[in-house]
Amino acid sequence: MKSVRFTLAAAAAFVVVVIAAGSPAPALAAAGGVKPPEHNWSFDGPFGTFDRAQLQRGYRVYREVCSACHAMSLVRFRNLAQTGGPEFTQAQVAALAAEFKVPDGPNDQGEMFERPARPSDAFPRPFPNEQAARAANNGAYPYDLSVMAKARNYERGFPLFLLDIVTQYQEGGPDYIKALLTGYTEPPAGVELQPGQNWNVYKPGNVFAMPNMLNDGQIEYPKGADGRPQVPETAQQYAADVTAFLTWAAEPHMEQRKRIGFMVLSFLIIFAGLLYFTKKRIWSRLPEHSPGHT
Amino acid sequence: MAEAKSMQAGEPTRRDMLFLATGALGAVGAIGLAVPFVRQLAPNAQTIAAGAPIEVDLAPIAEGQGIKLFWRGKLIFVRNRTKAEIEQAAKVNLASLPDPQADSERVKAGQEQWLVLYGSCTHLGCIPGGSAAGEVRGEFNGWFCPCHGSHYDTSGRIRKGPAPVNLPVPPYAFLSDSKIRIG
Amino acid sequence: MSGPSTYVPKLGIAKWLDARLPLPRLMHDSFVVYPVPRNLNYFWTFGGILMLMLVAQIITGVVLAMHYTPHSTMAFNSVESIMRDVEYGWLLRYMHANGASFFFIAVYLHIFRGLYYGSYKAPREVLWILGCIIFLLMMATAFMGYVLPWGQMSFWGATVITNLFSAIPLVGETIVTFLWGGYSVDNPTLTRFFSLHFLLPFMIFGVVILHVWALHVTGQNNPTGVEVKAVAKDTIPFTPYATIKDAFALVCFFAVFTYFIFYIPNYLGHADNYIQANPSVTPAHIVPEWYFLPFYAILRAVPDKLGGVLLMGAAVVILAFLPWLDTSRVRSMNYRPLARQCFWVFVVVCIMLGWLGSRPAEQPYVFLSQVFTALYFAYFLVALPLLGLFETPKKLPGSIAESVLGKLRGGSGSIVGTAATAEPNTKG
Repeated sequence: MKSVRFTLAAAAAFVVVVIAAGSPAPALAAAGGVKPPEHNWSFDGPFGTFDRAQLQRGYRVYREVCSACHAMSLVRFRNLAQTGGPEFTQAQVAALAAEFKVPDGPNDQGEMFERPARPSDAFPRPFPNEQAARAANNGAYPYDLSVMAKARNYERGFPLFLLDIVTQYQEGGPDYIKALLTGYTEPPAGVELQPGQNWNVYKPGNVFAMPNMLNDGQIEYPKGADGRPQVPETAQQYAADVTAFLTWAAEPHMEQRKRIGFMVLSFLIIFAGLLYFTKKRIWSRLPEHSPGHT
Repeated sequence: MAEAKSMQAGEPTRRDMLFLATGALGAVGAIGLAVPFVRQLAPNAQTIAAGAPIEVDLAPIAEGQGIKLFWRGKLIFVRNRTKAEIEQAAKVNLASLPDPQADSERVKAGQEQWLVLYGSCTHLGCIPGGSAAGEVRGEFNGWFCPCHGSHYDTSGRIRKGPAPVNLPVPPYAFLSDSKIRIG
Repeated sequence: MSGPSTYVPKLGIAKWLDARLPLPRLMHDSFVVYPVPRNLNYFWTFGGILMLMLVAQIITGVVLAMHYTPHSTMAFNSVESIMRDVEYGWLLRYMHANGASFFFIAVYLHIFRGLYYGSYKAPREVLWILGCIIFLLMMATAFMGYVLPWGQMSFWGATVITNLFSAIPLVGETIVTFLWGGYSVDNPTLTRFFSLHFLLPFMIFGVVILHVWALHVTGQNNPTGVEVKAVAKDTIPFTPYATIKDAFALVCFFAVFTYFIFYIPNYLGHADNYIQANPSVTPAHIVPEWYFLPFYAILRAVPDKLGGVLLMGAAVVILAFLPWLDTSRVRSMNYRPLARQCFWVFVVVCIMLGWLGSRPAEQPYVFLSQVFTALYFAYFLVALPLLGLFETPKKLPGSIAESVLGKLRGGSGSIVGTAATAEPNTKG
């Protein structure tokens, strides 16, 4: 049956060629976009945790730079105080909330009114609806950032997409966002940008409606004991901090998930071991599995 | 060999220990697995946050008037009692009450005119009338439940009818003379 | 396998119940004394694993339904509320989402076991067809379930796949309108998909009962493909042997499942589904979940819309005809060297079709999809029918006992409690 062997060999050759050429991971296409570099996040890996100070700085960056255009309507002020997050105190959260006004009502006269936000309120939207947001931003819509860190990814390619199962790489979204925020350059020669367009190295298609928003020294960070900021006040640092904050906002229970995961997986491995020996013990009653045989 | 000997002696063997350990771990695992499924029934974080204590401004409530508001989905009566109502409540012989409780135990010291009650009849949960003008107040000048005829007095205590206990008082505290926090 | 019951209830309450409803007897006959071939390998544990995955999906699904709002304006946010506010909500959601994937991992391994060992052959044709029905119901359930979070992939996947039905001549457009409950995928579509997604698993459960019943009539196949000849020599009782082996395999499977839930919960999903459904923006590449990718590749391999739909349907339905397409008298491919090679080529073809399903519908992927689609159908329509007629199989063992115990002195080994065992006393 030489024809069968030939088919087998041909199929094998096909497989080798195609896998080597292809990139099987079904994620957002990177057509025109460069793969972002992998940043060392504090929350990487099975034992990763969020850096509280970084999350608090990240909230600061969101508050001072991003919240003018971007909503985070699924995040509530009280989330800022819960364990596993920035862990502001309740008093700080009440104060942070009170900085904002939120719509409420109708009152007894039937009118809507504004009141200071409470911890149980969600982050207020900068625009009442999508149309108003587009009108204020040249027709582009500043997306809600609540789950943005999970809503973005990039093609990892072969063999990374398989190795990611073992290395637990799930920071495609954060790596992309951080790179995007600091990925602005001049367009290459011969490319004309329309007004309202910006050139970004990492954006698929390169043309991005959002301009560069982070510059060195833009935001003042808390000072350490020596009177100097604890981390450099650079655009790269702002980008890392706000991205970490967005990652927490998308997955507020990540630390609990990894912690419980360690306990459950350890339990199951031990239990599987016990079951294995139990199985062997019970099956040893059969002649073909008893010690004297084979 | 040692196992055969210990089996003859009736002691637990290594095999028994293995089975016991496996079974015990299985039981622990089953209980652990059940935990999230039971816990998810608890009120979620937003419900708990929406049920946080609220502040009520007492200034708009005139003497002899009461308001109704919702907290944690339950109706609450806040009443500014007249002097006559307070005296009526204090004069009652406690032994004659189905659920004996002094009026002073149901209000805050120095703020006896303010009565804060859950507005749910303790019989089967209807809303007793008597807070607003024009509502039937019953034989004891307090509240009257139209469902099965329970009469409450000016302290919200049950006097007549099928309700077993007095209208309960929610947890509250005075922040100032004109403001309370419920919860 | 199905003879008169030998059950004698010992406890008073068991006797009382058994006289009124022979449930204790049924449990005893089916899961305690039920004879199982003694040479089964771990590929036979996937049936039990699938049963547990079905129960797991139903329980996590019912619990999620307590917090989910099936309305297009609130669905996405209700899922996020589960993730953020419900106690352990994130865990329940990830269990259910990854549970669907692991349900399909187990079912594919279960199906491929059947393909390799010829478990679809007589007298197990009905068992096999019931399995195909379960597979179809699973695909419908998974498809509708994926729509419920109302993300971009939910919405656009639903749009693409429901639009396929318009390819049916004459009644196609009406069918699509009735599926949608409107003029496009919108709230009526979501609410009816929620209702049916809740219903179908219980229908799967019913067909599973028929499936296990059919299995218990014929008994399990085994790696040699040689049927049980002498129950005493060829089989062992289900309890304790299969019970403990299934339990061990289950915990191992659960360990891998757990790894995904807790450490890489979004690996098998798609980032675009964390974007709320937007009817005016189509994602750059619409892809279904990984378990549908091979069929998606076959669908897109055909330039004609109706042709693609028919071929994709044929790719699933052709499984039901296997008992008659495979002409070999030998069941297990352990003894069919040429068929075995074709089988492994088929496995590679399926994996390649899966990869191609994730690629954009451009060249060279379209051409490759056509090649591998042809190979896929060639396995069923060319290889298996012809090989059965022309292949020379290897010599089969005389019996299961011979293949397992042949090395023992005299080859006359029997089941539990003989002198050959290591335990001087055995329980039960």
